[in-house]
Amino acid sequence: MEQLKTIGRELAMGSQGGFGQSKEFLDLVKSIGEARSKAEEDRIVLSEIDILKRKLLEPDIPKRKMKEYIIRLVYIEMLGHDASFGYIHAVKMTHDDNLLLKRTGYLAVTLFLNEDHDLIILIVNTIQKDLRSDNYLVVCAALNAICRLINEETIPAVLPQDLVSSFVSILKQVTERRLPKSYDYHQMPAPFIQIKLLKIMALLGSGDKSASEIMYMVLGDLFRKCDSSTNIGNAILYECIRSISCIIPSPKLLEAAADAISKFLKSDSHNLKYMGIDGLGRLIKISPDIAEQHQLAVIDCLEDPDDTLKRKTFELLYKMTKSSNVEVIVDRMIDYMISINDNHYKTEIASRCVELAEQFAPSNQWFIQIMNKVFEHAGDLVNIKVAHNLMRLIAEGFGEDDDDADSKLRLSAVESYLQIMSEPKLPSLFLQVISWVLGEYGTADGKYSASYISGKLCDVADAYSSDETVKGYAVSALMKIYAFEIASGRKVDVLPECQSLIEELLASHSTDLQQRAYELQALLALDARAVESILPLDASCEDIEVDKDLSFLNGYIQQAIESGAQPYISERERSGMLETTDYHSQDHHEVPSHALRFEAYERPKPSSLPTQASTELVPVPEPSYYSEAHQPISTSSVSERESSEIKLRLDGVKQKWGRPSYQSSTSASSTPPQAANGTSSHPDVGVGSSSLKPRSSYESKKPEIDPEKQRLAASLFGGSSSSRSDRKSSSGGHKPAKGTASKPPKENPIPVQPPPDLLDFGEPTATGVTATDPFKELEGLMDSSSQDGGSTDVMGVLYSDAAPVTTTTSVDSLLSELSDSSKGNPGTYQSQTSKGPNSKEALEKDALVRQMGVNPTSQNPTLFKDLLG
Amino acid sequence: MGIRFILMVNKQGQTRLAQYYEWLTLEERRALEGEIVRKCLARNDQQKCSFVEHRNYKIVYRRYASLFFMVGVDDDENELAILEFIHLLVETMDKHFGNVCELDIMFHLEKAHFMLEEMVMNGCIVETSKANILSPIQLMDKAH
Repeated sequence: MEQLKTIGRELAMGSQGGFGQSKEFLDLVKSIGEARSKAEEDRIVLSEIDILKRKLLEPDIPKRKMKEYIIRLVYIEMLGHDASFGYIHAVKMTHDDNLLLKRTGYLAVTLFLNEDHDLIILIVNTIQKDLRSDNYLVVCAALNAICRLINEETIPAVLPQDLVSSFVSILKQVTERRLPKSYDYHQMPAPFIQIKLLKIMALLGSGDKSASEIMYMVLGDLFRKCDSSTNIGNAILYECIRSISCIIPSPKLLEAAADAISKFLKSDSHNLKYMGIDGLGRLIKISPDIAEQHQLAVIDCLEDPDDTLKRKTFELLYKMTKSSNVEVIVDRMIDYMISINDNHYKTEIASRCVELAEQFAPSNQWFIQIMNKVFEHAGDLVNIKVAHNLMRLIAEGFGEDDDDADSKLRLSAVESYLQIMSEPKLPSLFLQVISWVLGEYGTADGKYSASYISGKLCDVADAYSSDETVKGYAVSALMKIYAFEIASGRKVDVLPECQSLIEELLASHSTDLQQRAYELQALLALDARAVESILPLDASCEDIEVDKDLSFLNGYIQQAIESGAQPYISERERSGMLETTDYHSQDHHEVPSHALRFEAYERPKPSSLPTQASTELVPVPEPSYYSEAHQPISTSSVSERESSEIKLRLDGVKQKWGRPSYQSSTSASSTPPQAANGTSSHPDVGVGSSSLKPRSSYESKKPEIDPEKQRLAASLFGGSSSSRSDRKSSSGGHKPAKGTASKPPKENPIPVQPPPDLLDFGEPTATGVTATDPFKELEGLMDSSSQDGGSTDVMGVLYSDAAPVTTTTSVDSLLSELSDSSKGNPGTYQSQTSKGPNSKEALEKDALVRQMGVNPTSQNPTLFKDLLG
Repeated sequence: MGIRFILMVNKQGQTRLAQYYEWLTLEERRALEGEIVRKCLARNDQQKCSFVEHRNYKIVYRRYASLFFMVGVDDDENELAILEFIHLLVETMDKHFGNVCELDIMFHLEKAHFMLEEMVMNGCIVETSKANILSPIQLMDKAH
C-alpha cells in the first residue's frame, strides 16, 4: 500500500517535469516538502545553496537550465535564506527574447529586488525597451515589474513624456464609445474609467496653464454629453466640476460648471444637493460670486433636517466666510455645535468657529463673547492654546493703544464672566480662563470689591475641588487680588472661606497647590512696596528679568567679606585645590565634577584641608558622600558658590543615614559665632539668602564639642564615638548603627574631635531658620521615642528660629511651633523647660545649619504634620 | 486609498459580508460596524442623503430590500460614483445569481467575495465590465 502511494507520487511528480525540469529540481521540491523539521529544511536548503553556487559559476549554461536555477533561487529565498549570489543571473534573464524566460526573469527580479537596489539601473533599460515592444504580453510583463521596482528617481525614465495629451485622447476615445460594449454601464461608456481619468487630469492640470488648455475641449464635451438624469451621469458631471476647480479653467468651463451646480442644487434629491454644495464649495475659491445666486438654496440646505447636508453646508459657509458675514455664520455654527453629541465632530466645529472668530472678528466684544460661548459648550475639547490666546488678547489688548477701550473690554469680560460663573458644570478650561481674568482685572475698575471677587473665586475652587488646575488658577487669582489690594494701600480682609481654602491647600497632596497656597500666605504678610514689585498691576505679559549674577546681593557680600569671610573661589580653582587636598591614599584621580564615580571616594583628611572646612571633615569609614568636608551652609544655592570646596557642605547637617561617623570639629560651630551676620571664619558665610531670614553665621563650625553633650550623646546612643559636629547621623533611624560608631574615629588618622553629640541640644541656632527639615522632624520623632527627655527638644531645636535659642522645647511646644510656622509667623520660639540644655542647643544649631544647607527655601512645616501627629 | 471597506449588513445589524482594505483588529471592526449600522439605520426613515460622515472618512450606503450596502471611502472620493459602484456590484451579483437576495450571499459567500475581488483591488476600482468580472467565476464554476 505504501509502495503504491510512493509510486503514485513519483509519477505525479514526474508528470510535472513536463516543463523540462531536471530531476534535481524535483528532488529539491520533494525533499523540502517532506522535511519534518525546520532544521532539516535548513540543511536541505543550505546544501542546495552550495550546489547552485557551484553550478552558476560554470560557463555557458543553457537557457533552460538557467531558468531552473533561477526558480530554485526563488525557492531558497522563499524559505528565508539569502540567494544574492544569483541576482545578477536573474537580471540577465530579463534580457532574453523568449517570453517565458523573460517573464521568469522579471518574476525573479521583482521577488529579489526592491526599488532601492543597485541592480535596478541594469533593469531600467530593459524595461524601457520592453515597454515599446509590439507584443502586449511583453509590455504587461514590463509593467508588472515597474510596479514593484520603480522609485521616484527612475520614474522619468519609464514614464511617457507627454502625459496630458495621452490621457486626454484616451478620455476622448472612451467618451466616443470606442471601448467594447461590455464596459457600458447604464448607457454611459465606462464611467468609472472616465472618473479615474478625470481625477488624473485634475492632478496634471493643477497649476499648469498649458496642460489645462489641452483639457478644455474634452471637458466641454463631457459637460454637454453627460446625461444628468442618471446618477452616474451626475457622478461624472460632479467629477468634471471637481477637476475644473483644480485646474486653471476657461470662463466657458466655469460657466458650464456653475450651470451644473445650479441644477444639482435645485433638484429634490438630497444626494444631488449634497454634491451641489460640495461643488459650490470648490468653485467658491475660484470665483466667489457664484455663491450669490444660490443663497436661498444654500440656506435651505442649512435648515434641512438632514445632518450630513447641514455639515456640508457648514463647510461651505466656512469657506465663504468674510468679515461681513462672519457673525451670522459663527452664530449658526455655535448653535449647531451645541447640538452635536459626537465629540470628534464637536471638536472640529469648535476649532473652526475659533478660527473664523480669530480671523474675522469684527469687534473685540464680539470676539470675547464668541470665545466664551465656545468655551462654555466645548471647553474641554478645544486646544489649550486657544485659551491662552484669549487670555493674552485680553491682557495685551487688540493692538490699538487705546487704554480706554482695553479697560472697557476687560470690564465687560469681567462682568460677563461673573454672570457665567453661576452656571453649573462649566468646563475646566473655561474656568481657568475665568479665574485668570477675574484675578487680573476683577478689581481693576473698582466696580467690584475685592471681597466679592475673592468670594466668587473661593466658590469656584470649592465647587470644582477635584480639578487641581482650576484650583491652582483660582488661588493665583486670589493672590493677585490681594496683591493689588495691598499695593494700593488698602487693608486686606481675608474672607473666612478664603482662609479655609488656603489652609486646605497648604496641606494638599499636590505640590503645585501647596506652593501656591504658601506663596499667597507669604504675600499677605508683605508690605505694599514688596508686593508691587512682585505682582505689578496688569503685567501678565511682561517678561521677567532675571539677574543671573545676583548683583543685588553684592552689598551683602561686601559686608560679609569685610567682616572676615573669604571671597568666592571659582569652581575651576576649586578643582585645582581638589588635587592638592590630601585625601586618603589610593587613587586620587581627577574627580570630574559631573561624571559618575565608580570608585570609592577617598577618605577625607580633615585637618589638611586649607580652609576651615577641613576641620570639619569627618572620618567616615564608608564611602558616603558625607565624607567630604562639610561646611556650614547658609543658603544652599548661594553658599555653594561661596564654598571653597566642591565637597558637600554639611556643617550642621546631621548625618541621616548610614553609620554615625561625624565630623570632627563641628561642635565649634555650635558656639557663639552665631552672630546674625555670619562673621565666622567660614568661607561660605557670605551671602545669606535674601528671601529667608538672615541666617548668616551658620557656617561656623563648632570647634569643640561640649563634653557634657558628648556624654549625653554617648549615654543616649550607646557610646557612639563619632565626633559630632554639624553633621549628625540620623539618630532616630539608626540606633543600632550608632552603637558601632565607635570605629570611625579610630580609623581616622587625624585626631578627631570627640564623638559628635548627636543631639546637641545646647547649641543655640544662630540664624533664623524657619524652614523645617522634614528629616529632622523624623529624627526628632524617632529620638523622642527612644530618648528620655532630650528627644523632645529635638523638635524644638528643629523649629527654632533665627535668634539664638538656647532653651529646649517640649514636644508640645514643638507642635505649636509647627503650627506657628505654618502660619507664616516665624517668631522666636520660646523653648520651655530645658532638659539637657546643651544638647538641645547643639541640636538646634545643627538642625538649623542643616536646614540651611539641605532644605528647600519654602517653608513647609506641616509636611509631616501627620507623621508628627 | 479610495475605498476603505465594503460591508453588507442586514436590518438587524448582522454582517453578511465584510471586506476591509486596511487592517483593523477584531474589536475595532465590531465597534465600527455597530456604529455605522446604527447611523445608517437611523437615517433611513426620512428623506436623506446616502452619505454619512463618520470620523475622518465618509460612508456611502444604499439599502436593497433587507440588506444595507455600506462602503467607507476617503474624503476625496466621488460619492455619487461610489453610490453607482454599489449599484454595479448589485447588478453584477444579480447577473450571476439571478434575482440575487440575501440568502444567495449567505450561501455563496465565497463567490460574492470573488466577485468583489475582481472589482476592487487595494481599495481601487479596477474592473467594471460585468463580462470580465464574471468570466473567471464562471470558469471556476465549470471546473467544478
